[in-house]
Amino acid sequence: MSQPIAGQPLIDQPLIEMRGIAKSFGAVRALHGVDLRLDRGEVLGLVGDNAAGKSTLMKILAGAYSPDDGEIRIDGVPVKFDGPISARDSGIEMIYQDFALVPQLTVAQNIFLGRELMTRRFGLPVLDRRSMADRSRDLFSALGLRVPSVDSPVHALSGGQQQAVAIARATGFAAKLVIMDEPTANLGAPAIAKVRETISRLKRSGVAVIVISHRLEDIFAVGDHFMVMKHGRLIASRAVDDTHADEIVEMIVSGRDRRVS
Amino acid sequence: MTQSSSLLRRGSRMGMPDGRRLALLAVRYGMLAALLMWIVAMSILSEHFLTIYNFLNVARQAAPIIIIAVGMTLVMATGGIDLSVGSLVALVSVSSAALLSAGLPIYAVLAIVILIGAAAGAVNGSFVCLGLPPFVVTLSALVYLRGIAFVASNGYAVPVSDPVYLEIGRGSLAGIHLPIVIAAVVAVAGWYVLNRTRFGLHSLAVGGREEAARVMGLRITRIKIAVYTLTGALAGLGGVVATARLANGSPNAGMMMELDVIAAVVLGGTSLFGGVATVGGTVIGALFLNFVRNGLNLQGVNPFWVQVVSGFILLLAVLLNTVANRRIEEWARTRPAAEEDEA
Repeated sequence: MSQPIAGQPLIDQPLIEMRGIAKSFGAVRALHGVDLRLDRGEVLGLVGDNAAGKSTLMKILAGAYSPDDGEIRIDGVPVKFDGPISARDSGIEMIYQDFALVPQLTVAQNIFLGRELMTRRFGLPVLDRRSMADRSRDLFSALGLRVPSVDSPVHALSGGQQQAVAIARATGFAAKLVIMDEPTANLGAPAIAKVRETISRLKRSGVAVIVISHRLEDIFAVGDHFMVMKHGRLIASRAVDDTHADEIVEMIVSGRDRRVS
Repeated sequence: MTQSSSLLRRGSRMGMPDGRRLALLAVRYGMLAALLMWIVAMSILSEHFLTIYNFLNVARQAAPIIIIAVGMTLVMATGGIDLSVGSLVALVSVSSAALLSAGLPIYAVLAIVILIGAAAGAVNGSFVCLGLPPFVVTLSALVYLRGIAFVASNGYAVPVSDPVYLEIGRGSLAGIHLPIVIAAVVAVAGWYVLNRTRFGLHSLAVGGREEAARVMGLRITRIKIAVYTLTGALAGLGGVVATARLANGSPNAGMMMELDVIAAVVLGGTSLFGGVATVGGTVIGALFLNFVRNGLNLQGVNPFWVQVVSGFILLLAVLLNTVANRRIEEWARTRPAAEEDEA
């Protein structure tokens, strides 16, 4: 393999490559050597029934878990995350199903949580609250999302507004990949349209998206590929226009790819 | 009070009606209003109350409580509690007396006893990080730290006579008692740490929703150990101030002081469940508690009744802190948020 030039991603390399990722929790093997490849601007639907290993795989990619075995490459360069912050520094963001917001903190505080902007007053480091509020406001208007005030605590927001905060946090920092865990679960039709629109916008700007979803129609609407998992293994990959819902459901249930026999 | 003006602006931006805004202000500044009302009432009832001498006296009594309660505010921001601070005061008290009579230089003694406090706090924090409930961890520490204080002193109180040490409790700076000066410095530093640093913000995040803090990559173990260590060190400092004022290293020092400290923090409006904390409120809470006692004493109320009243004030504060505050905040905030939902 050719060496990447410093600071310059190799265009022929996939954006994200996971190879042979394995993870056990005690005696339970959650992942048995899973591979994944993703290009810029590609939208991948990750499907499978409960305990298939989707969330574990994504938490490894987001730096929340470390794999027992396997390798992650970004733009062809092997990376090792020692936590969610280093994954976020590498441009990998995750939107959790419960949004992972702190209800008592303000919108701006949540958006910058873990990567606060600092300034100095009287020689002391202080949180740069003004810059963080201004940049949060800019972020929402750039995304076409509305939130009453970046200074209001998150618990004062509706569910849809909280999701807007989570989306703004994940997409506002030059993300290369955004992982969404069940983004359309428990949402009404207008909010689902909003999520699809967000995914399409990310795709257009060259950001890759991985969507974990039980709602196959969302992936058919905005996705490029399906990846089906079962019992910690990758079962099949399909282009969205090369398959149909029945086939995907059948593979989720049976855990077998009929085209490979 | 920059917070009140930003709250008003926030209220108007959200299109919040005046009544709702007032309710939010009442929730946030109720204790300050109660303190001011109490001061006015006592000033009318007693000629001895509204004097500089009396106010400085009350503030000096409140000083050790304020010093320790600033640390407790951070602990409670993370959703924890530290019941061991009173016993730590006793341990620091007897250690001070013992080390001074062993002939150690005064500044070495001060450093050592505050380190003892920090170390005891770090032990608490470490056990909390193992997943044990803070209440139980620090209740154990309450028992064993006072036990150590009794073992180390054989149960005897020892007089402290070092002039520098005594100055900490009895000296004054520009006419203001040193304990008050120390408490003020600690409170300002605590306000800065809680409201203006990453560490303070992350403490609130951990207490607000630990799982969210975890997936955002905050270092939860480090934060928790740090808040307990800081509180231990401040209990050490508070113990020095209290010991210096009484000129006595006693294993009975700081008895039940943890309750006054926690009462001050809760009265001030810091949430018992974590995620919401205010150092300014804590200072007001500590002053309120001491002004109530002082006012009742000046009225000649039986001191046993003063204790009963203190207990009921705390009960009322917890009621406001938990049930009432949340209901009022929800009522005040729900509608404006829902109106903008269709955006």
